[in-house]
Amino acid sequence: MESRASRRRRISGAMLHAFAFGSGAVVCLVLALIIGYIFVRGIPGITAELLTTQPSYIHDTIGVLPNILNTLYIVLVAMAVVIPLGVCAAVYLSEYATNRPLVRLISFAVETLTGIPSVVFGLVGMLFFIQMMGFSAGVLSGGLTLAVMVLPTIISNTLESLRAVPDAYREGALALGSGRWHMVRTVVLPNALDGIATGCILAVGRIVGESAALLYTAGFGIVLNGFMTALQSSSATLTVALYIYATERGELTVAFSVATILMVITMLLNLATHTVSSKLGEKEKEHE
Amino acid sequence: MNSFDVDILNLWYGDNHVLHDVSLGIPARRVTALIGPSGCGKSTFLKSLNRMLDLVEGVRIEGSVLFDGQDIYAPGVDVTTLRKNVGMVFQKANAFPMSIYDNIAYGPRIHGVRKRGELDELVERSLRDAALWDEVKDRLTKSALGLSGGQQQRLCIARALAVGPQVLLLDESTSALDPISTEKIEELVSRLKRDYTVVMVTHNMQQALRVSDYAAFFLLGDLVEFAPTERLFNSPGDRRTADYVSGRFG
Ligand SMILES: Nc1ncnc2c1ncn2[C@@H]1O[C@H](COP(=O)(O)OP(=O)(O)OP(=O)(O)O)[C@@H](O)[C@H]1O
Ligand SMILES: [Mg+2]
Repeated sequence: MESRASRRRRISGAMLHAFAFGSGAVVCLVLALIIGYIFVRGIPGITAELLTTQPSYIHDTIGVLPNILNTLYIVLVAMAVVIPLGVCAAVYLSEYATNRPLVRLISFAVETLTGIPSVVFGLVGMLFFIQMMGFSAGVLSGGLTLAVMVLPTIISNTLESLRAVPDAYREGALALGSGRWHMVRTVVLPNALDGIATGCILAVGRIVGESAALLYTAGFGIVLNGFMTALQSSSATLTVALYIYATERGELTVAFSVATILMVITMLLNLATHTVSSKLGEKEKEHE
Repeated sequence: MNSFDVDILNLWYGDNHVLHDVSLGIPARRVTALIGPSGCGKSTFLKSLNRMLDLVEGVRIEGSVLFDGQDIYAPGVDVTTLRKNVGMVFQKANAFPMSIYDNIAYGPRIHGVRKRGELDELVERSLRDAALWDEVKDRLTKSALGLSGGQQQRLCIARALAVGPQVLLLDESTSALDPISTEKIEELVSRLKRDYTVVMVTHNMQQALRVSDYAAFFLLGDLVEFAPTERLFNSPGDRRTADYVSGRFG
């Protein structure tokens, strides 16, 4: 005979199971629908012309090459600034700083900054880089703004990777007479590199997907420019171009094609993080 | 002739006073064992000999530690040189995740040995000294982390020997090893004392008896007794030592 309590437990267990399965299925379905819909509407519009030209009023054609390049430029500017800055700051905080309360305070501030909405960074970037520093809206101010935006993420991710390096390695190096910098360079950084790289790829993903912070800092230009010109002239990235084509120009097909391109980039970046972190996993297994 | 002369050493972690007025001379080219119950300050004392405690926050040290007649806590002492002369092997093997060769060459490279031939020679000699050469000579470029625990611990000893120290500090370096690896390391230590001063922390009384010439018994931060090992075990001068070595507490 089954007791009432155990029966109730069995039924509620089954219900929970069904509910979990149901919500999982709904989530997958919704995701599949969105991705499928975007691909279906976007892929037909992806032509060689779209990918390799700039918009032309004379021929009445649309090309997103300038936006692809602008995205690349902004990633380059932001990463060139944020990687050295963020990694050095984290190395300092984790390996050199001796004032523990101060380090904790900075770490806390960094965590807090991670949660601030990106428009706020856009606003501050506009005030600081454009109004105070006198840059014009373009890849430079946009890239710097996004560098500031992802800086906290890079710092906290790097800190975490550095903390994952066993102290025994540090002790071992110092006991052999190594100086602090030599120890950091030869046993700490090499062992934190995979984690740091993963964090950087994630940051690239955030930059590629960012639009709000760029509206006022990088601008809406859709003309093809070289890197040096783009630095100081209005340059729309793919996400901003999507906004322009979807709303101002009413070119929904182009908007969907841009969305498709963005999704492909995101998937590639995800793949890259997976490759890096599974390589890390393999190495850890090797170490056991 | 002493390698170390420790005089009225007092040490605090914050407010925790963990070494009280410790004074002893550690004879050169002999094996000195540090014994005593857990938490009595053996590791702390050992680390005070090569200034590894500099890394720990809130440590306060009073008294003097002379190495070869020089106060190692005097201002202006070069810690790198001190640690080159006073090597240390930890309880848990900490081979770096790099090749066996690079592990051994790590220390010499810090101290300016760059020539390939010179490094090759040092690597071979250190591995031979640590009784590991025959087991690894065909896989020097492979990761050190692929070695067994006992081999990794001997690798750490070889790595410490490669910088040419005068003293080797071993902190329970066999406690995580199987009997065969332990025996190899004990043989190694007995051989090393011809050229090196060895100070080893051990919880294993048989081991202390087998390999050490002198023994120091610590209890709750006091150095209770320091004597030739034979005497400390067979006719201890202090009641507490007698109780400890006969296994009545600890
Ligand atoms: N980094 C540290 N910070 C604060 N206190 C410490 C630290 N390391 C050790 N202690 C304290 O100092 C005392 C002596 O510790 P120590 O590690 O020297 O003992 P031990 O004799 O080596 O013990 P065991 O045999 O367990 O290794 C202990 O009370 C311990 O809690
Ligand atoms: Mg200890």
